[in-house]
Amino acid sequence: MDTGQLIQRDETCWEIPQKGAMRVPAVIYADFSLIRDMDQKVCEQITNVATLPGIVDAAYAMPDAHWGYGFPIGGVAAFDPEQGGVISAGGVGFDISCGVRTLHTGLTIKDILEQKHRLADELYRTIPAGLGSRGKISLNHHEMIAMLNGGAQWAVDQGFGEAEDLERTEEQGRMKGADPSEVSAKARERQHDEMGTLGSGNHYLEVQRVTEIYDRTIAERFGLAIDDIVITIHCGSRGLGHQIGTEFLKDMAVSASQYKIALPDRELACAPINSPLGTRYLGAMRAGINCALANRQILTHLTRQAVASIFPGARLGLLYDVSHNTCKVERHKVNGQMKELFIHRKGATRAYGPGHPDLPAAFKDVGQPVLIGGSMGTCSYVLCGAKDNEYRAYSSSCHGAGRAMSRHQATKQWRGRELVDELARQGILIRSPSLRGIAEEAPLAYKDVSAVVDAADRAGLSRKVARLEPVICIKG
Amino acid sequence: MNNTAPPRWEHFDHDADIGIRGIAPTMSEAFEQAALALIAVITDPDAIKPSRSLSITCSAADPDILFFDWINELIFQMTTQDLLFGRFEVAINKELLTATAFGESVDREKHQPAVEIKGATFTELRVYQNTDAMWVAQCIVDV
Repeated sequence: MDTGQLIQRDETCWEIPQKGAMRVPAVIYADFSLIRDMDQKVCEQITNVATLPGIVDAAYAMPDAHWGYGFPIGGVAAFDPEQGGVISAGGVGFDISCGVRTLHTGLTIKDILEQKHRLADELYRTIPAGLGSRGKISLNHHEMIAMLNGGAQWAVDQGFGEAEDLERTEEQGRMKGADPSEVSAKARERQHDEMGTLGSGNHYLEVQRVTEIYDRTIAERFGLAIDDIVITIHCGSRGLGHQIGTEFLKDMAVSASQYKIALPDRELACAPINSPLGTRYLGAMRAGINCALANRQILTHLTRQAVASIFPGARLGLLYDVSHNTCKVERHKVNGQMKELFIHRKGATRAYGPGHPDLPAAFKDVGQPVLIGGSMGTCSYVLCGAKDNEYRAYSSSCHGAGRAMSRHQATKQWRGRELVDELARQGILIRSPSLRGIAEEAPLAYKDVSAVVDAADRAGLSRKVARLEPVICIKG
Repeated sequence: MNNTAPPRWEHFDHDADIGIRGIAPTMSEAFEQAALALIAVITDPDAIKPSRSLSITCSAADPDILFFDWINELIFQMTTQDLLFGRFEVAINKELLTATAFGESVDREKHQPAVEIKGATFTELRVYQNTDAMWVAQCIVDV
């Protein structure tokens, strides 16, 4: 990125001043090397976001930001309905509520070393992954509606998990305000056989080892110690969410002129929050969030079954479940006044700091766990919402590394089989239906997640708590 | 003017995802070629036996939107029918697209599908005639 057009506010904060059609400035959090290597498109896209009606304070980009659709991935923006604020399908993305959950296992690396191959095979056998994989749960019409209303709460009621899981899931596992009647028949059909499936692309299930602790007190509160084994699941709302995104993106792009919204980019398709289209999208998108929460809950149940077949005594408790692609109504202080704002986070994590009233009791005094996904061969991180981060980006943080290289370049550079063998030499077992998929998702096709996490820590968005390294990875 | 060149497809780069592009003497053929480019994101289109066929129709006044709908309809049909397509016959009459897509059920051993596609996007979405009078239909797809 050309840093000449940016004003550096401090070591990790860069501002694009308000100009032209921008209603507010744009702010990018990154250190110098991340911003230097950041795609110029991020600058263009975050500037465009700053032109949308009813945006409050500033448009933000996280340290892992890269070129997205309309909003950059890693984009955060708050809209005030009283100021004509909008909701944007492009600001949420196609994979609604794609996110991460991490489970404790109570096991250590010592416990699993001899059973590693068996565990990898059993997880791969149990977790449907990749294109064409089908879940064992097919929902009829009434069950589908109940799932879209109930999210992970519905899944737990069906026997896929435990009530304690819900306490450690955002929204207690159920997004209120879902309207399944706004989810098209096509979207529901697309989900018919996809409940409890992992998907493909950058989605995965990973068995991970805690290799470093940065904050002992918070790590203890999160139940993490060196050499602990945890399991992380990264996936979203599957076909249902993709279809909702596709349909509303088109509806909003076509209707923009009706709402007198000048779109600098069609992918920024949006509608006023209080308009009929905005209301319809909100209902559908919240149902999509519930689908993602239910899906991760079912995958949790399957994971527990797989682990129990090899380690009968293991108890898999949930550390936390966070979403990356959402729009949520939150109360934030604007010019000294509490307001209900619609916070879009696309490829960004909510990261409530200590003391936030919506945090579960277990995390109230330390802050929310923020789970940062790695990329098969690279490490992942557990962070924690930082004090006062509400004033930096509406209590948001980064979500992962973000791609540094196109899929095409990656397949030119690596062969799937060689990657699997190389990672096996490093002690990382990969199970996937597709060798080409592995090449496209090569660890080095992603940015340096450690640099991203360090920048988020230094910028005061979230604090580093623990580093995790992969042991087994199931890729879709 | 060189609109007798054979129809072809190609991919173009995007940071996270991938662009699909069909280039052909007619708009219908460009849509067919772009559909092959879509399949090639997932697997080798030549490895798909055309043992089943499916009819698809879409309509839109704007050719860009017609293309967006065509690609999304293919994604929808493949996902819900558990199919991969390897050949297409497209006819476009003003606002109406009618097509037959030929393919077979997904065989994970044989096809080694690399990735699922979530949807077509508006990014780089364009249907136009280039300086050689060839039709070009393209967009980025989200994977």
